[in-house]
Amino acid sequence: MNAPPSSPPSATSDPANRPRSPADLFISFTLLALQGFGGVLAVVQRDIVDRKRWLTQEEFIEDWAVAQIMPGPNVVNLSLMIGGRHFGIAGALAALAGLLTVPLILVIGLAVLHARFADSAAVAGALHGMAAVCAGLIGAAGLRLASALKKSPMPLSWCLAIGAAGFILVAFLKCPLPWVLFGLGGLNCVLTWRRLAS
Amino acid sequence: MTAPLHLVLEWADWLNLFGHFLLMSLMSVGGAISTSSEMHRFLVEQHHWLTQEQFNQSIALAQAAPGPNVLFVALMGWHVGMNAGSTAAALSGVLVTMVGIMTPSTILTYTAARWGHRNRDLRAVRAFRQGMAPIVIALLLSTAWFMATSAGTSARAPSAAVLANWPLWLAAIVSGLIIWRTRIHLLWLLAAGAVLGARGLI
Repeated sequence: MNAPPSSPPSATSDPANRPRSPADLFISFTLLALQGFGGVLAVVQRDIVDRKRWLTQEEFIEDWAVAQIMPGPNVVNLSLMIGGRHFGIAGALAALAGLLTVPLILVIGLAVLHARFADSAAVAGALHGMAAVCAGLIGAAGLRLASALKKSPMPLSWCLAIGAAGFILVAFLKCPLPWVLFGLGGLNCVLTWRRLAS
Repeated sequence: MTAPLHLVLEWADWLNLFGHFLLMSLMSVGGAISTSSEMHRFLVEQHHWLTQEQFNQSIALAQAAPGPNVLFVALMGWHVGMNAGSTAAALSGVLVTMVGIMTPSTILTYTAARWGHRNRDLRAVRAFRQGMAPIVIALLLSTAWFMATSAGTSARAPSAAVLANWPLWLAAIVSGLIIWRTRIHLLWLLAAGAVLGARGLI
Protein backbone atom coordinates (compact mmCIF):
# COMPACT_ATOMS: atom_id res chain seq x y z
CA MET A 1 0.00 0.00 0.00
CA ASN A 2 1.32 3.43 -0.89
CA ALA A 3 0.19 6.89 0.03
CA PRO A 4 -1.31 8.80 -2.86
CA PRO A 5 1.46 11.00 -4.29
CA SER A 6 -0.71 14.09 -3.97
CA SER A 7 -1.28 13.72 -0.22
CA PRO A 8 -0.20 16.93 1.49
CA PRO A 9 2.30 16.78 4.35
CA SER A 10 0.48 17.48 7.61
CA ALA A 11 2.38 20.71 8.18
CA THR A 12 -0.18 22.17 10.54
CA SER A 13 0.75 19.78 13.32
CA ASP A 14 4.50 20.35 13.06
CA PRO A 15 6.04 21.13 16.44
CA ALA A 16 7.93 24.35 17.08
CA ASN A 17 11.41 22.89 17.44
CA ARG A 18 13.59 20.04 16.34
CA PRO A 19 16.86 18.48 17.49
CA ARG A 20 19.94 20.17 16.01
CA SER A 21 22.08 17.08 15.37
CA PRO A 22 22.52 13.42 16.29
CA ALA A 23 24.86 14.63 19.06
CA ASP A 24 22.04 16.80 20.39
CA LEU A 25 19.80 13.70 20.38
CA PHE A 26 22.44 11.65 22.19
CA ILE A 27 22.93 14.24 24.94
CA SER A 28 19.22 14.96 25.31
CA PHE A 29 18.33 11.29 25.66
CA THR A 30 21.21 10.68 28.09
CA LEU A 31 19.89 13.48 30.31
CA LEU A 32 16.35 12.16 29.98
CA ALA A 33 17.38 8.65 30.94
CA LEU A 34 19.22 9.89 34.02
CA GLN A 35 16.07 11.58 35.31
CA GLY A 36 13.88 8.54 34.84
CA PHE A 37 13.73 6.47 38.00
CA GLY A 38 11.42 3.51 37.47
CA GLY A 39 10.90 4.34 33.80
CA VAL A 40 11.73 7.11 31.39
CA LEU A 41 8.50 7.50 29.46
CA ALA A 42 6.94 10.25 31.55
CA VAL A 43 10.21 12.18 31.48
CA VAL A 44 10.11 12.04 27.69
CA GLN A 45 6.62 13.53 27.71
CA ARG A 46 7.72 16.30 30.04
CA ASP A 47 11.06 17.12 28.43
CA ILE A 48 10.56 16.43 24.72
CA VAL A 49 6.95 17.64 24.51
CA ASP A 50 6.43 20.20 27.26
CA ARG A 51 9.90 21.76 27.43
CA LYS A 52 11.82 21.18 24.20
CA ARG A 53 8.71 20.97 21.97
CA TRP A 54 10.18 18.51 19.51
CA LEU A 55 6.77 16.83 19.40
CA THR A 56 3.21 18.05 19.92
CA GLN A 57 0.97 16.32 22.46
CA GLU A 58 -0.91 14.58 19.63
CA GLU A 59 2.26 13.40 17.93
CA PHE A 60 3.55 12.08 21.24
CA ILE A 61 0.38 10.05 21.81
CA GLU A 62 0.43 8.68 18.28
CA ASP A 63 4.10 7.74 18.44
CA TRP A 64 3.57 6.24 21.84
CA ALA A 65 0.77 4.02 20.57
CA VAL A 66 3.09 2.71 17.86
CA ALA A 67 5.95 2.31 20.36
CA GLN A 68 3.63 0.36 22.64
CA ILE A 69 2.23 -1.98 20.06
CA MET A 70 5.62 -2.91 18.58
CA PRO A 71 7.84 -5.36 20.45
CA GLY A 72 10.62 -3.83 22.53
CA PRO A 73 10.70 -1.45 25.47
CA ASN A 74 8.34 1.39 24.63
CA VAL A 75 10.68 4.24 25.56
CA VAL A 76 13.42 2.64 23.46
CA ASN A 77 10.99 2.41 20.55
CA LEU A 78 9.97 6.02 21.07
CA SER A 79 13.60 7.20 21.03
CA LEU A 80 14.18 5.28 17.78
CA MET A 81 11.16 6.94 16.19
CA ILE A 82 12.05 10.47 17.28
CA GLY A 83 15.70 10.09 16.29
CA GLY A 84 14.87 8.37 13.01
CA ARG A 85 12.37 11.01 11.94
CA HIS A 86 14.96 13.79 12.06
CA PHE A 87 18.25 12.12 11.13
CA GLY A 88 17.41 8.67 9.77
CA ILE A 89 19.34 5.69 11.07
CA ALA A 90 22.10 7.88 12.54
CA GLY A 91 19.52 9.78 14.57
CA ALA A 92 17.78 6.61 15.73
CA LEU A 93 21.05 5.05 16.87
CA ALA A 94 22.20 8.28 18.55
CA ALA A 95 18.97 8.52 20.56
CA LEU A 96 19.12 4.81 21.43
CA ALA A 97 22.76 5.02 22.51
CA GLY A 98 22.02 8.10 24.59
CA LEU A 99 19.19 6.30 26.33
CA LEU A 100 21.22 3.20 27.18
CA THR A 101 24.96 3.89 27.51
CA VAL A 102 25.36 5.91 30.70
CA PRO A 103 22.43 4.23 32.53
CA LEU A 104 23.91 0.82 31.66
CA ILE A 105 27.24 1.74 33.23
CA LEU A 106 25.44 3.16 36.25
CA VAL A 107 23.21 0.17 36.84
CA ILE A 108 26.14 -2.24 36.66
CA GLY A 109 28.02 -0.04 39.11
CA LEU A 110 24.98 -0.20 41.39
CA ALA A 111 24.86 -3.98 41.14
CA VAL A 112 28.50 -4.12 42.18
CA LEU A 113 27.89 -1.80 45.13
CA HIS A 114 24.56 -3.33 46.04
CA ALA A 115 25.82 -5.55 48.84
CA ARG A 116 27.31 -2.52 50.59
CA PHE A 117 24.31 -0.22 50.63
CA ALA A 118 21.40 -2.67 50.56
CA ASP A 119 21.10 -2.71 54.35
CA SER A 120 20.97 1.06 54.76
CA ALA A 121 17.47 2.15 55.79
CA ALA A 122 18.20 5.67 54.54
CA VAL A 123 19.04 4.45 51.02
CA ALA A 124 15.99 2.19 50.90
CA GLY A 125 13.85 5.09 52.14
CA ALA A 126 15.27 7.47 49.56
CA LEU A 127 14.43 4.96 46.81
CA HIS A 128 10.84 4.69 48.04
CA GLY A 129 10.56 8.47 48.15
CA MET A 130 11.75 8.74 44.56
CA ALA A 131 9.38 5.97 43.49
CA ALA A 132 6.46 7.94 44.96
CA VAL A 133 7.48 11.05 42.98
CA CYS A 134 7.76 8.91 39.84
CA ALA A 135 4.27 7.50 40.35
CA GLY A 136 2.99 11.08 40.49
CA LEU A 137 5.02 11.98 37.42
CA ILE A 138 3.58 9.18 35.32
CA GLY A 139 0.04 9.95 36.45
CA ALA A 140 0.51 13.61 35.55
CA ALA A 141 1.79 12.64 32.09
CA GLY A 142 -1.43 10.69 31.53
CA LEU A 143 -3.59 13.60 32.68
CA ARG A 144 -1.74 16.05 30.44
CA LEU A 145 -2.14 13.84 27.40
CA ALA A 146 -5.89 13.54 28.01
CA SER A 147 -6.26 17.04 26.53
CA ALA A 148 -5.26 15.60 23.14
CA LEU A 149 -8.43 13.45 23.16
CA LYS A 150 -10.43 16.55 22.21
CA LYS A 151 -8.98 16.30 18.69
CA SER A 152 -10.17 12.72 18.21
CA PRO A 153 -12.91 12.19 15.64
CA MET A 154 -14.80 10.28 18.35
CA PRO A 155 -16.83 12.19 20.99
CA LEU A 156 -14.79 13.18 24.06
CA SER A 157 -17.12 11.32 26.44
CA TRP A 158 -16.63 8.13 24.42
CA CYS A 159 -12.83 8.52 24.56
CA LEU A 160 -12.96 9.04 28.33
CA ALA A 161 -15.13 5.94 28.74
CA ILE A 162 -12.69 3.84 26.70
CA GLY A 163 -9.81 5.25 28.76
CA ALA A 164 -11.58 4.46 32.03
CA ALA A 165 -12.39 0.93 30.85
CA GLY A 166 -8.73 0.42 29.92
CA PHE A 167 -7.59 1.63 33.34
CA ILE A 168 -9.98 -0.70 35.17
CA LEU A 169 -9.02 -3.67 32.99
CA VAL A 170 -5.28 -3.18 33.51
CA ALA A 171 -5.02 -1.79 37.05
CA PHE A 172 -7.76 -3.75 38.83
CA LEU A 173 -8.65 -6.77 36.73
CA LYS A 174 -4.97 -7.40 35.82
CA CYS A 175 -5.97 -8.06 32.24
CA PRO A 176 -2.97 -9.11 30.07
CA LEU A 177 -1.72 -6.19 28.01
CA PRO A 178 -2.25 -7.73 24.54
CA TRP A 179 -5.96 -8.24 25.30
CA VAL A 180 -6.38 -4.60 26.15
CA LEU A 181 -4.26 -3.36 23.24
CA PHE A 182 -5.77 -5.58 20.58
CA GLY A 183 -9.25 -5.99 22.09
CA LEU A 184 -10.28 -2.62 23.46
CA GLY A 185 -7.73 -0.68 21.37
CA GLY A 186 -8.60 -2.59 18.22
CA LEU A 187 -12.33 -2.01 18.74
CA ASN A 188 -11.78 1.72 19.15
CA CYS A 189 -9.56 1.82 16.05
CA VAL A 190 -12.28 0.18 13.96
CA LEU A 191 -14.89 2.62 15.27
CA THR A 192 -12.57 5.56 14.60
CA TRP A 193 -11.92 4.23 11.11
CA ARG A 194 -15.63 4.13 10.38
CA ARG A 195 -16.13 7.60 11.79
CA LEU A 196 -13.28 9.00 9.66
CA ALA A 197 -15.10 7.83 6.52
CA SER A 198 -18.19 9.94 7.12
CA MET B 1 19.60 -17.36 50.73
CA THR B 2 20.15 -20.15 48.25
CA ALA B 3 23.68 -21.40 47.65
CA PRO B 4 25.72 -19.41 45.14
CA LEU B 5 25.98 -20.92 41.68
CA HIS B 6 29.24 -21.98 40.05
CA LEU B 7 28.72 -22.41 36.35
CA VAL B 8 30.80 -23.59 33.48
CA LEU B 9 29.37 -21.99 30.35
CA GLU B 10 30.28 -23.49 26.98
CA TRP B 11 29.99 -21.76 23.63
CA ALA B 12 26.75 -23.61 23.03
CA ASP B 13 25.36 -22.17 26.28
CA TRP B 14 26.23 -18.62 25.28
CA LEU B 15 24.56 -19.19 21.92
CA ASN B 16 21.52 -20.65 23.64
CA LEU B 17 21.33 -17.60 25.91
CA PHE B 18 21.69 -15.24 22.95
CA GLY B 19 19.08 -17.06 20.90
CA HIS B 20 16.62 -17.04 23.76
CA PHE B 21 16.92 -13.29 24.23
CA LEU B 22 16.54 -12.72 20.47
CA LEU B 23 13.27 -14.60 20.71
CA MET B 24 12.18 -12.72 23.85
CA SER B 25 12.78 -9.48 21.98
CA LEU B 26 10.19 -10.34 19.35
CA MET B 27 7.66 -11.28 22.03
CA SER B 28 8.21 -8.21 24.20
CA VAL B 29 5.09 -6.29 23.22
CA GLY B 30 4.47 -3.91 26.10
CA GLY B 31 8.12 -3.84 27.14
CA ALA B 32 10.74 -6.37 28.05
CA ILE B 33 9.27 -6.69 31.55
CA SER B 34 6.25 -8.51 30.08
CA THR B 35 8.55 -11.40 29.11
CA SER B 36 10.24 -11.54 32.53
CA SER B 37 8.15 -14.54 33.60
CA GLU B 38 9.48 -16.44 30.58
CA MET B 39 13.03 -15.32 31.42
CA HIS B 40 12.49 -16.62 34.94
CA ARG B 41 11.43 -20.00 33.60
CA PHE B 42 14.45 -20.17 31.27
CA LEU B 43 17.23 -18.78 33.48
CA VAL B 44 16.19 -19.84 36.97
CA GLU B 45 14.10 -22.98 36.60
CA GLN B 46 15.32 -24.65 33.43
CA HIS B 47 19.05 -23.91 33.29
CA HIS B 48 19.83 -22.81 36.87
CA TRP B 49 22.03 -20.03 35.54
CA LEU B 50 20.55 -17.51 37.95
CA THR B 51 19.31 -17.74 41.55
CA GLN B 52 15.89 -16.49 42.59
CA GLU B 53 17.54 -13.70 44.63
CA GLN B 54 19.59 -12.56 41.66
CA PHE B 55 16.50 -12.56 39.50
CA ASN B 56 14.52 -10.41 41.94
CA GLN B 57 17.46 -8.13 42.58
CA SER B 58 17.99 -7.52 38.86
CA ILE B 59 14.45 -6.23 38.44
CA ALA B 60 14.41 -4.20 41.67
CA LEU B 61 17.76 -2.51 41.00
CA ALA B 62 16.85 -1.60 37.44
CA GLN B 63 13.60 -0.08 38.72
CA ALA B 64 15.44 1.93 41.34
CA ALA B 65 18.25 3.13 39.07
CA PRO B 66 17.77 5.87 36.50
CA GLY B 67 17.26 4.77 32.91
CA PRO B 68 14.96 2.46 30.99
CA ASN B 69 13.70 -0.58 32.91
CA VAL B 70 14.98 -2.88 30.16
CA LEU B 71 18.38 -2.64 31.86
CA PHE B 72 17.19 -5.38 34.20
CA VAL B 73 18.10 -7.66 31.29
CA ALA B 74 21.70 -6.42 31.43
CA LEU B 75 21.80 -7.19 35.16
CA MET B 76 20.59 -10.73 34.55
CA GLY B 77 23.36 -11.16 31.98
CA TRP B 78 25.82 -9.69 34.48
CA HIS B 79 24.80 -12.16 37.20
CA VAL B 80 24.87 -15.14 34.86
CA GLY B 81 28.43 -14.18 33.88
CA MET B 82 29.45 -13.63 37.51
CA ASN B 83 28.08 -17.08 38.35
CA ALA B 84 30.45 -18.37 35.66
CA GLY B 85 33.24 -16.91 37.67
CA SER B 86 34.75 -13.76 36.19
CA THR B 87 34.15 -10.11 35.45
CA ALA B 88 35.00 -10.77 31.80
CA ALA B 89 32.26 -13.39 31.66
CA ALA B 90 29.90 -10.95 33.38
CA LEU B 91 30.60 -8.31 30.74
CA SER B 92 30.03 -10.91 28.02
CA GLY B 93 26.75 -11.75 29.72
CA VAL B 94 25.68 -8.10 29.55
CA LEU B 95 26.65 -7.89 25.89
CA VAL B 96 24.91 -11.13 24.88
CA THR B 97 21.64 -10.43 26.69
CA MET B 98 21.39 -6.73 25.76
CA VAL B 99 22.26 -7.18 22.08
CA GLY B 100 19.84 -10.11 22.01
CA ILE B 101 16.92 -8.28 23.61
CA MET B 102 17.44 -5.06 21.62
CA THR B 103 18.27 -6.02 18.04
CA PRO B 104 15.12 -7.69 16.60
CA SER B 105 12.65 -5.28 18.18
CA THR B 106 14.75 -2.28 17.18
CA ILE B 107 14.87 -3.27 13.50
CA LEU B 108 11.16 -4.13 13.44
CA THR B 109 10.03 -0.95 15.17
CA TYR B 110 12.27 1.31 13.13
CA THR B 111 10.96 -0.12 9.87
CA ALA B 112 7.32 -0.07 10.94
CA ALA B 113 7.56 3.47 12.31
CA ARG B 114 9.10 4.79 9.09
CA TRP B 115 6.32 3.18 7.09
CA GLY B 116 3.67 4.59 9.42
CA HIS B 117 5.15 8.08 9.27
CA ARG B 118 5.34 8.09 5.48
CA ASN B 119 1.73 6.91 5.28
CA ARG B 120 0.38 8.98 8.15
CA ASP B 121 -2.44 10.42 6.05
CA LEU B 122 -3.87 7.01 5.20
CA ARG B 123 -7.25 6.51 6.81
CA ALA B 124 -6.18 3.24 8.45
CA VAL B 125 -3.04 4.81 9.96
CA ARG B 126 -5.00 7.79 11.28
CA ALA B 127 -7.68 5.49 12.71
CA PHE B 128 -5.05 3.39 14.46
CA ARG B 129 -3.28 6.36 15.98
CA GLN B 130 -6.36 8.21 17.13
CA GLY B 131 -8.19 5.08 18.20
CA MET B 132 -5.29 4.04 20.42
CA ALA B 133 -5.04 7.39 22.25
CA PRO B 134 -7.45 6.54 25.12
CA ILE B 135 -5.62 3.24 25.69
CA VAL B 136 -2.28 5.03 25.85
CA ILE B 137 -3.62 7.31 28.56
CA ALA B 138 -5.20 4.40 30.44
CA LEU B 139 -1.88 2.51 30.42
CA LEU B 140 0.02 5.50 31.78
CA LEU B 141 -2.47 5.93 34.61
CA SER B 142 -2.30 2.19 35.35
CA THR B 143 1.49 2.33 35.57
CA ALA B 144 1.25 5.24 38.01
CA TRP B 145 -1.22 3.21 40.04
CA PHE B 146 1.05 0.13 40.11
CA MET B 147 4.10 2.19 41.07
CA ALA B 148 2.35 3.95 43.93
CA THR B 149 0.94 0.64 45.16
CA SER B 150 4.24 -1.24 45.02
CA ALA B 151 6.20 1.64 46.57
CA GLY B 152 3.64 1.54 49.39
CA THR B 153 3.84 -2.22 49.82
CA SER B 154 7.60 -2.51 50.02
CA ALA B 155 8.00 0.43 52.40
CA ARG B 156 7.73 0.08 56.15
CA ALA B 157 4.12 -1.06 56.28
CA PRO B 158 3.65 -4.56 54.85
CA SER B 159 0.20 -3.95 53.36
CA ALA B 160 -0.60 -1.92 50.27
CA ALA B 161 -3.50 -0.30 52.09
CA VAL B 162 -3.81 3.35 51.16
CA LEU B 163 -4.50 4.35 54.74
CA ALA B 164 -1.40 2.64 56.17
CA ASN B 165 0.87 4.36 53.66
CA TRP B 166 -0.92 7.68 53.37
CA PRO B 167 2.26 9.83 53.42
CA LEU B 168 3.57 7.98 50.37
CA TRP B 169 0.31 8.33 48.49
CA LEU B 170 0.13 11.98 49.47
CA ALA B 171 3.67 12.51 48.14
CA ALA B 172 2.73 10.82 44.85
CA ILE B 173 -0.44 12.90 44.45
CA VAL B 174 1.21 16.19 45.41
CA SER B 175 4.13 15.62 43.04
CA GLY B 176 1.68 14.65 40.31
CA LEU B 177 -0.25 17.89 40.80
CA ILE B 178 2.93 19.99 40.81
CA ILE B 179 4.15 18.34 37.59
CA TRP B 180 0.75 18.67 35.95
CA ARG B 181 0.42 22.35 36.76
CA THR B 182 3.99 23.69 36.59
CA ARG B 183 7.15 23.33 34.53
CA ILE B 184 9.48 22.78 37.48
CA HIS B 185 12.49 20.58 36.73
CA LEU B 186 11.93 16.96 37.73
CA LEU B 187 15.24 16.64 39.53
CA TRP B 188 14.04 19.01 42.28
CA LEU B 189 11.03 16.81 42.98
CA LEU B 190 13.08 13.60 42.85
CA ALA B 191 15.59 15.12 45.28
CA ALA B 192 12.79 16.18 47.60
CA GLY B 193 11.31 12.67 47.47
CA ALA B 194 14.72 11.16 48.19
CA VAL B 195 15.33 13.44 51.20
CA LEU B 196 11.86 12.83 52.68
CA GLY B 197 12.27 9.10 52.12
CA ALA B 198 15.78 8.93 53.58
CA ARG B 199 14.56 10.66 56.73
CA GLY B 200 11.73 8.19 57.06
CA LEU B 201 9.02 10.82 56.58
CA ILE B 202 7.31 9.06 53.66
